[in-house]
Amino acid sequence: MNTLVRENRNASQQRSEQFVTPPASVIEDNDAYLLNVEMPGVNKEGLEISVENNELRIIGRRSLPEINGTFFHRESRTENFRRVFELDPSIDTSKISAHIEQGILTLRLPKAEQVKPRKITVS
Amino acid sequence: MSIIRYQPPETVAWSGLNRLSNLRDELDTLFEMPFWSNFGGQSQLFSGWSPALDLYQNNDNVVVRVELPGMRKEDIEISLQDGMLTISGERKSETAEGDKAERTERYVGKFRRSISLPTQVDASKVTATYLDGILTVTLPKAEDAKPKQIQVNVA
Repeated sequence: MNTLVRENRNASQQRSEQFVTPPASVIEDNDAYLLNVEMPGVNKEGLEISVENNELRIIGRRSLPEINGTFFHRESRTENFRRVFELDPSIDTSKISAHIEQGILTLRLPKAEQVKPRKITVS
Repeated sequence: MSIIRYQPPETVAWSGLNRLSNLRDELDTLFEMPFWSNFGGQSQLFSGWSPALDLYQNNDNVVVRVELPGMRKEDIEISLQDGMLTISGERKSETAEGDKAERTERYVGKFRRSISLPTQVDASKVTATYLDGILTVTLPKAEDAKPKQIQVNVA
């Protein structure tokens, strides 16, 4: 058993800014892993995604328009989002692509050629 | 073969006094965890998806903001009845046939939130926007519910 996208929790030990961990899901298809992360209130400008030493680090900063008024009831958090994953070497990190739509960040993590399933013809 | 292995949060297994110094760290991370992952998703059976809802008010409006990432506009329903605002909808699954879900923390399905409004509103002037996964409903206060400046002349 090997691990392709593993959460790296140690990376969040040293910090000064407070973050919340957004819920995520990982879907696998033949060519890639799709990582969906829920970041309501974050747009393209607020995203900071980096890969270093197979560590995928995602930071999403909320950019909600201020509402002029006082809180009557509050459930949302104000902290920004952060999540760190450890990527297996079989992911082609040079081809990772990302987009965000209605608060869902989608990262496409393509598998390297050698791990894709392929048919072998017997001659 | 499972390629992406789910790592259960370490926060669940406190190993006693020898790690007491870490307790504070662990508590910190516990509150950082997405809610469902601590319970393996089972608690969804009881409470479903309950998106975070904020309610503000100022002199002219009551504003309700709900975190609804990944919805389609058409799948959000807003209704107002007897001073009670109800927001409901359904989030569809994104998994296509043949795909393998390796890790699922995101809730898929129906939700419904109701909140009773603090003042009378003008139901005909309610507006809503959906941007970056945040639904904002603006409810203008009814004229007689607005705070009024009263001039007092001191003789």
